[in-house]
Amino acid sequence: MAERITDIGPPKFDKFLPPVIKDNYGKWKYHEILEPGVLVHVAESGAKIYSVRGGSGRLVTTDFIKDVCDIADKFCDGYLRFTSRNNVEFLLTDQSKIAGVKDACKKMGIPLGATGHSVSNIVHTQGWVHCHTPAIDASGIVKSVMDDLFEYFGSHKLPAQVRIALACCLNMCGAVHCSDIAILGIHRTPPKVAHEKLRHLCEIPTTIASCPTGAIRPHPDKSIKSVVINDERCMYCGNCYTMCPALPVFDAQKGGVALLVGGKVSNSKTPPMFSKLAVPYLPNNPPRWPEVVGAIRKILIKYAEGANKWERVGEWVERIGWEKFFEVCDIPFTFQHIDDYRWAYDTYRTSMHFKF
Amino acid sequence: MHKTPLLDQLESGPWPSFIKDLKRVAGRKKSAADLLGVLERSYKDKITHWKHGGIVGVLGYGSGIIGRYIDLPEEFPGVEHFHTVRVNQPAGWFYTTQALRELCEIWDEHGSSILNVHGSTGDMIFLGTTTDQLEPCFAKLTAKGWDLGGSGSAMRTPSCCVGKARCEWSCYDTMDLCYQTTQHFQFDMHRPSFPYKFKVKCSGCPNDCVASVARADMSVIGVWKDDIRIDQAAVAAYQGGEIKPRGGGSPYAKLDVKADVTDLCPTACMSFDGKKLSIDNKNCNHCMHCISLMPQALRPGTETGATLLLGSHAPILEGAQMSWVIVPFMEMEAPYDEFMELVGNIHEWWSENGKNRERVGELMLRLGMRAFLKGVGLEPVPQSVKTPRANPFFFWHAEDFEAEAAGRKYIK
Repeated sequence: MAERITDIGPPKFDKFLPPVIKDNYGKWKYHEILEPGVLVHVAESGAKIYSVRGGSGRLVTTDFIKDVCDIADKFCDGYLRFTSRNNVEFLLTDQSKIAGVKDACKKMGIPLGATGHSVSNIVHTQGWVHCHTPAIDASGIVKSVMDDLFEYFGSHKLPAQVRIALACCLNMCGAVHCSDIAILGIHRTPPKVAHEKLRHLCEIPTTIASCPTGAIRPHPDKSIKSVVINDERCMYCGNCYTMCPALPVFDAQKGGVALLVGGKVSNSKTPPMFSKLAVPYLPNNPPRWPEVVGAIRKILIKYAEGANKWERVGEWVERIGWEKFFEVCDIPFTFQHIDDYRWAYDTYRTSMHFKF
Repeated sequence: MHKTPLLDQLESGPWPSFIKDLKRVAGRKKSAADLLGVLERSYKDKITHWKHGGIVGVLGYGSGIIGRYIDLPEEFPGVEHFHTVRVNQPAGWFYTTQALRELCEIWDEHGSSILNVHGSTGDMIFLGTTTDQLEPCFAKLTAKGWDLGGSGSAMRTPSCCVGKARCEWSCYDTMDLCYQTTQHFQFDMHRPSFPYKFKVKCSGCPNDCVASVARADMSVIGVWKDDIRIDQAAVAAYQGGEIKPRGGGSPYAKLDVKADVTDLCPTACMSFDGKKLSIDNKNCNHCMHCISLMPQALRPGTETGATLLLGSHAPILEGAQMSWVIVPFMEMEAPYDEFMELVGNIHEWWSENGKNRERVGELMLRLGMRAFLKGVGLEPVPQSVKTPRANPFFFWHAEDFEAEAAGRKYIK
């Protein structure tokens, strides 16, 4: 036991840096995108590093990792990295080897792109593959949407970059709330209490304490060792299900997908923005979610047609006005679109600056 | 192998198919085969079949492992226990193939061979193993120099952009700060003792490639204080169409420096007379638009450091927040004493005052910025706010009168 190693932290990054990066660390001068998916960074010294960027699933296997390792061993002296959007990057100094990497990626089915004004890889959560509170799957919707928007991954056709993210419930471990287009799994009904199961499975005080809105209280009939839920207070977060498996929040018929648009994190021109509700509900329709795929394509096309040069989705919408956005995208405006949560007033219009 | 007619429909199409990939290991791994089986069931039932729960972990750690069980153990025994192991990623997600192959070997031996590269917090996620495999897996990882990341109410695994390793815009060494912060807070990462999670994300410039402003309790965003560096010859080359805008990553072949750059400057602090670009740097708000469009002509200045912003989190509970400025500029040089001390102070103030499951940003709103600033030893600065308050409900404390009598702005 004395030999047990703990709290060593991750390996220091410099162990994994290619020599050209070690030599030019902090001395890069500029970069160019040679073609979609191929970048060159040029250092003060004139040294160059080429990065070939390809899309991969976020959910992969060790077989996949070994395959990308084979490519990196063959062409990149064994150096590679991954990006914050789950793309893989092959790092090399010899420009003549780029073609080899491209061929190998093609053979393996790794598409190149995610540079410049593209739709990069969708960042997403676990969904039905591993999570206990999702309304929807994650990987399957991502695959379906990326299949449909594939032409935009490996090209620079859009007015600006478009970042899409998916979270499979409103807890948003994917933090999709600042994305150009956010795909959000939604539950639309409170958990159903299984009184008989709850008695055996759950601790009532911790179940009550788990509710962030205080919507759970002990069953008024003391002979029933269970809880009741105040439906009007419930926000469908599923936290109670985490503590108590007798309170399933999912509903096969009513659960579904919402789309939020116009968020960003960069400070370019305008400050970072939250994504706002565009489509409050689309059906949960595996395995290909055609309604979701279609709605996203429509928003993306209308953005591509309507935005000025360099305008992100949110900047385009703010310029034309949300009322025009709903009109252009042919999305009905509903009660759900009007905020009535904690900071609702921030979103109400207090000016005459609107369009008919 | 289970029949998966619904999932099979996700094998076609140009985007890489996770189903094809999973099927490759399903032949040799019962857990992967059963994972496909239960996923097919979810596609049919339109509900999840996973249950949270059970405290599982490795000896001496309270985090790094997420317990997960299936609600159909008889039908899918291979995933009855399917726990997650968070492996702390190297800063910037750089690897050698040797390191990746070692990780694969460990995971092939002790788990499902399925992983996320990478999870939302930044860790490499080993997806799915049984309780008895956790300790041997951990021993193999640490023997090769790896460790677990954070989970639960703890310091979470810090993450960062590529920074100075391969970006000309990085205003401080994001990878080094990320690594040093991870090392400094090892105890707090592995032994959850905070009111809730605490995330640190390090971006090298205001483009914020790791989305720190949206999803880190402590967002560290690189910034410069002096003048944008200009290469006027390159500006002319952009105007003349010899260099493509945005590194060649846009649909536009040629830049009109006035229409595309200076007219879109949010502070109108730049002008272009057809030949020379002038910038009134004192009025620049470092938005990065001009630099992103003309990377060969413009670069951030050389007096660099970072802005610290605090408080972002996803919508639970009061609605999503973005981090707001608490320190407009801090020099970021190793060993980062000032930064580590401030983060420590914030942890202390939050642990003392926060309620269970209250993020630090929510606590700041509940108790007010004054309580926070005093609690952690910071002064009020106008960069923290978009506007000062518009209401007349500002109040005075005895210490304000004392400060006033002593001729000071506020309590030191």
